[in-house]
Amino acid sequence: MSSVTDEVPRPSEKLGFGLFASSTSRSLIGGLSAAAAWSFVAALTAFWPDKPDNDWTYTGDFAIACGALAVALALAAFAGVRFAAFQRLQRLTPWLFALALFLAAWEAVTAKLGLLPLPFFPPPQAIVEVAIDDWGRLAEGIVASARLLATGYFLGAAVGFVTGVAIGWSRLAGYWIHPVLRFIGPLPATAWLPLAFFVFPSSFSASIFLIALATGFPVTVLTWSGVAGVNSAYYDIARTLGATQRFLVLKVAIPAAMPHVFVGLFMGLGNSFAVLVVAEMLGVKAGLGWYLQWAQGWAAYANMYAALLLMAVLCSGLITLLFRLRDRLLSWQKGLVRW
Amino acid sequence: MVAAIAGDYPVRGSTLTLREVSHRFDLEGQPLPVLDRISLQIGRGEFVALLGPSGCGKSTLLRLVAGLDTPTAGSLLTEGREIEAPDPSRVVVFQDPTLYPWRTVWSNVALGLEARGLLRTHRGRIEDALRLVGLTSFANAYPHQLSGGMAQRAALARALVNDPKLLILDEPLGQLDSLTRITMQGELVSLWQRAGFTALLVTHDVEEALFLAGRVIVLSQRPAHIKAEIANARPYPRHRGDPHLVELRHQVLAHLGLDATW
Repeated sequence: MSSVTDEVPRPSEKLGFGLFASSTSRSLIGGLSAAAAWSFVAALTAFWPDKPDNDWTYTGDFAIACGALAVALALAAFAGVRFAAFQRLQRLTPWLFALALFLAAWEAVTAKLGLLPLPFFPPPQAIVEVAIDDWGRLAEGIVASARLLATGYFLGAAVGFVTGVAIGWSRLAGYWIHPVLRFIGPLPATAWLPLAFFVFPSSFSASIFLIALATGFPVTVLTWSGVAGVNSAYYDIARTLGATQRFLVLKVAIPAAMPHVFVGLFMGLGNSFAVLVVAEMLGVKAGLGWYLQWAQGWAAYANMYAALLLMAVLCSGLITLLFRLRDRLLSWQKGLVRW
Repeated sequence: MVAAIAGDYPVRGSTLTLREVSHRFDLEGQPLPVLDRISLQIGRGEFVALLGPSGCGKSTLLRLVAGLDTPTAGSLLTEGREIEAPDPSRVVVFQDPTLYPWRTVWSNVALGLEARGLLRTHRGRIEDALRLVGLTSFANAYPHQLSGGMAQRAALARALVNDPKLLILDEPLGQLDSLTRITMQGELVSLWQRAGFTALLVTHDVEEALFLAGRVIVLSQRPAHIKAEIANARPYPRHRGDPHLVELRHQVLAHLGLDATW
């Protein structure tokens, strides 16, 4: 089965280097082109002197790193001739190639030509410098942000889920909770910020409340709509087979609503990122959001870019994780959107 | 196999009595009468078909028998006791198989046992029911992987695993292609003969009613009342070309006001 699918050209192969007949030679050429592009970045960084009035400490290190990546890519390309596992990298080669070109251009217009104003646009080696010199503070930021986000998100998701099921299931719960939800839900969680910071004992607990609020609203609404939208025939079936109320909620309503619940969890996660950063910038003196603010205050723009990059990686990673979880739990669904 | 489904005791279907059952819906404040004083007596192990034009209230009647709704007037009794709520001894097979898409075929069939907390002790029944409908090799498939006929067979297994005394069939073969329908009709008869439950079938297919049932009740347009009762004593297995069935078919169509098409 796998040997059959392997021979079918994947659409991705048409994107980059699809000129050559066999997939092995194609992956070899592709890998080598990417390696060449990265060697070009290394050479450009190393041999073209930086603009004299700037003294970038890590220019050499950056060149070495790019060179090392080029060597690794070349080795992987040759290994791909033998090992199918390395051929998978082929999918990435167009991107690796483009990334190298982007870095070369960035390097040229900043460190080499000085076309972009400093300190707002530092060269790539300045970001490498931040990663090497300030990794301790960045790591502390990650831990602080993760702690805040995880606590707020899980709290909000759990409360939102239970509330959503309650509104969807019980008329009484719907009567009392629905108007509150309609009135307060659309209010951006950040609007509560000034109030939360003096009502709660600490800025940490206030931020947890805000993140939970931002997460809880979409999770509640979508869980509710999921439960309310369950095919009533599902209940009829279970009732004629002797199901109790408890069984109807836990084994019929909730599993049937899960696809909606995951949409809510996904939207809630996006909201929680926004509130996290704002809360960290305005109240909590820790975390990546605070680091961004702090770096900007010191005009340390390289630090800011480094933190932004890190944030992008982490947020995207969390979303990916959520989608993986959904794919695993909802494998029975047809036509899932791949993240 | 029947013994395995039935457990240790021989299955006998239950009786069903309808006394002057009337029902109406409330449609935007306007009462809409659906059933008009229907009285009916069904004996143990009988196979009765309700035949009537589309929208005449047949499915409503079945929901009352299942205990999913309560009638506006009149009463329904099984084994002399009033039907007040759904009970696993009366299982419905709907026109749409309505398998739970998040459960495999096996877990769908297990539903009734799980709901009643019998899964641990009666696990073996699931295998038996799957074998009975010929789905053993699809136990781990999800509903979206099944054809229409297979899905309806799984729905049948989900009903049979509960050892029903009254099987309520709401146009269970209505959505199948005609070839699958003919096969499933034969299977339904042999299942009924082996398990011995009482069967109440709603259909608007005259040939199907006559092929399966020992008694055909013809209902009128809404509000439905009983127009005619036709006994069909032909022995099983029946043959579609049987001249006696063809004659009965003519009679039934006449009651439905469709004999001009003969």
